[in-house]
Amino acid sequence: MPTIGVQRDLLFEALGQTYTDDEFADLCFDYGIELDEVTSEKLMVAKEQGEDKAAGADEAVIYKIDVPANRQDLLCLEGLARALNVFRGKFKPPHYRKVVPDDGARQVLHIKAETAGVRPFAVAAVLRNVTFTQTNYDSFIELQERLHHNICRKRKFVAIGVHDLDTLKGPFSYEALPPEQIKFKPLNQTKEFTAVELMQLYKTDTHLKPYLSLIEDKPVYPVIYDKNRVVLSMPPIINGEHSRISMKTRNIFIESTALDLHKAKIVLDTLVCMFSQYCARPFEVEAVDVVQPDGTSVQYPLLPYRTEVVTAELANKKIGINVTAEKLVDMLKQMSLGAKETEEGKVEVEIPPTRPDILHWCDVVEDAAIAYGYNNIQKVAPKTSTVGEQFPLNKLTDLLRGGIAQAGFTEVLTFALCSRDDVATYLNKEIAKVPAAHIANPKTLDFQVARTTLMPGIFKTINCNKKMPLPIKVFEISDVVFKDSRKDVGTKNERHVCAVYYDKSPGFEVIHGLLDRIMQLLEIPPSDNNDGYQLRAADDPTFFAGRCAEVIALGESVGMIGVVHPSVLEKFELQMPCAVLEMNIEVFL
Amino acid sequence: MDYLERVKKVHGEGGYGSQGYKYDWKIEEAKKNILRTHTTAVSARMLYKLAQGKFKPVKYFSIDRVFRNETLDATHLAEFHQIEGVVADYDLTLGDLIGVLHQFFSKLGIKRLRFKPAYNPYTEPSMEVFSYHEGLKKWVEVGNSGVFRPEMLRPMGLPEDVSVIAWGLSLERPTMIKYGIDNIRDLIGHKVDLQMVYDNPLCRLDKETKQ
Repeated sequence: MPTIGVQRDLLFEALGQTYTDDEFADLCFDYGIELDEVTSEKLMVAKEQGEDKAAGADEAVIYKIDVPANRQDLLCLEGLARALNVFRGKFKPPHYRKVVPDDGARQVLHIKAETAGVRPFAVAAVLRNVTFTQTNYDSFIELQERLHHNICRKRKFVAIGVHDLDTLKGPFSYEALPPEQIKFKPLNQTKEFTAVELMQLYKTDTHLKPYLSLIEDKPVYPVIYDKNRVVLSMPPIINGEHSRISMKTRNIFIESTALDLHKAKIVLDTLVCMFSQYCARPFEVEAVDVVQPDGTSVQYPLLPYRTEVVTAELANKKIGINVTAEKLVDMLKQMSLGAKETEEGKVEVEIPPTRPDILHWCDVVEDAAIAYGYNNIQKVAPKTSTVGEQFPLNKLTDLLRGGIAQAGFTEVLTFALCSRDDVATYLNKEIAKVPAAHIANPKTLDFQVARTTLMPGIFKTINCNKKMPLPIKVFEISDVVFKDSRKDVGTKNERHVCAVYYDKSPGFEVIHGLLDRIMQLLEIPPSDNNDGYQLRAADDPTFFAGRCAEVIALGESVGMIGVVHPSVLEKFELQMPCAVLEMNIEVFL
Repeated sequence: MDYLERVKKVHGEGGYGSQGYKYDWKIEEAKKNILRTHTTAVSARMLYKLAQGKFKPVKYFSIDRVFRNETLDATHLAEFHQIEGVVADYDLTLGDLIGVLHQFFSKLGIKRLRFKPAYNPYTEPSMEVFSYHEGLKKWVEVGNSGVFRPEMLRPMGLPEDVSVIAWGLSLERPTMIKYGIDNIRDLIGHKVDLQMVYDNPLCRLDKETKQ
């Protein structure tokens, strides 16, 4: 969930009202956002770098607010205040207008075919006669960063560049050239660099380094030029110094290049809807002709207004309330949606360009429920009549764990993920022969594989509990994971029971006794036939030679019982001998 | 059109009244095996299975392990447990979900609930569930819930007027709050103190709720 920091006093100014922290937290709660933290620049610096570094830092109160991941419009103070003001009935949502200047006066961006291999899509728009103060300029820059970080997936899907239109001359062209051919003075530099040199330069720049890999290995890099071959930007890395904007910029050219056109449209629409607030003609955005490689032209931004038709009956049925169409219209308006009743008693809902999160009427229903107030909805018990039942394997597990505990063993709950060594070398086995599911991206050694046996977890538990009086008798009944090509996911879980007796002497007879008791509980008699169980001597490197057997039950080999080999004890740092029983209980279902 | 094709279509182009997510759904991405990050992934498989026969209303639950590849700290491990409940029936409402949540949490001794609008990609409406913690004297989040989206249910073949409500919470967090445990490794894994297990009393939630 994205978190944004806004200055409390600026927010209250935009809301036209002050609140206590609790009152504001309640407003957030009702709307569906969360006041996560009340802090200040000074407090944040003190927390990260120490009290002394914080001296002199800004003490203005900052609200850290969590917003839902699907609401790009709430990522800035402007959008947040706008949404909350409409929610509180303070004003109506603005209508975002696209103005298309005449041919010749319109800005044009040509997309060249070569971009197709590296970053195919581009959109653009112009904000005319903008007046920024320092705070809303900062907000404009911050929104771009937040969009980059969230929906743009760290600039991978979409990258935004904003430019001072008065320093440039259209038409613009979006091209892709070999890096040696791209040369310009990037932001904050005093001389020109080729793109090759920039890739080197930015390898040590902590801010830009993460984005280099997005284009580094491509034969051509994206670059945007104006008519005079001034470089606007080399997306997604850096803008040119020439067209850099400042608080004083009046006319802003916004370009956005992308791997995902749908996301680029949303990003552009969000940026212009939010900041056209500061245009001389508020909420008016100037269109740009974006000419595709095939010659067709699209005028961006699209600023789509879409209609969904719902009925009060539908909303009532889905939420469990009883409102009229008229009331529903009011509720939806509170959520910044346009709404009006039609003659047939339906409600036509107008979805503005700031709400691309509305995909289906269920999204409209949620907004209606929020306006009604979730906590005002009457609770009812579902009239669904069903008969409950436990999952058979879990029922068996619960019964067995009770039985084994009664035999004096203590249950443990260990990790399903472990190291390769835990299931192989430490058990004197070869990893190549173990049918384990390997994790491709383990953060640490502790999760290289999913366990194929419960033994490592139990041995580690005993190791961490060596101070306990002897004997230590522990067990676990839980899943292990095996590779299985017959399954659609390539693996299967198998429910195992594993019991360990750890004492001055290995206690094989105790573990054998436990096995006999488990079989008695399962009503499986000792027998040579397929309806009983027996032990069959076996050789297994995890166990002491001559003190190891397979457990054969109902005609199958279901597990092993034996005294653990000293070399295994050593690997798990256990000083005393132990005996183990491990078997698959699924055959007993 | 089989299930895979229906899912691909609703994601890429839309359908069932939805605009869709408008991206290139890729089979290679879908085929990647991961350790489940939430049990809802398996609830979805169960609902699909249910939809293959003649639909009958069901109530399902699961308490099982999930995995997250995130930074580990005192309260976060790579694996933990989730509790999940699902009710599928004709015409269930948000009011029904609120009702079930009250019934469920009151069994855990939690009677005061408040609901906050939230976002999950697969539910709409979505609600976070908060309860008032007498000790901490504040509202704390105790669970997440919602009504599954049509884009998820309809490709499975579930009838249009069937609603599926669901809720979930983690097992470890409320347990740590109840027993005053600060480090999750004291509760699950091999570092758990066996003495704590020996000494622990019966968990009698019903006794507590009577007070």
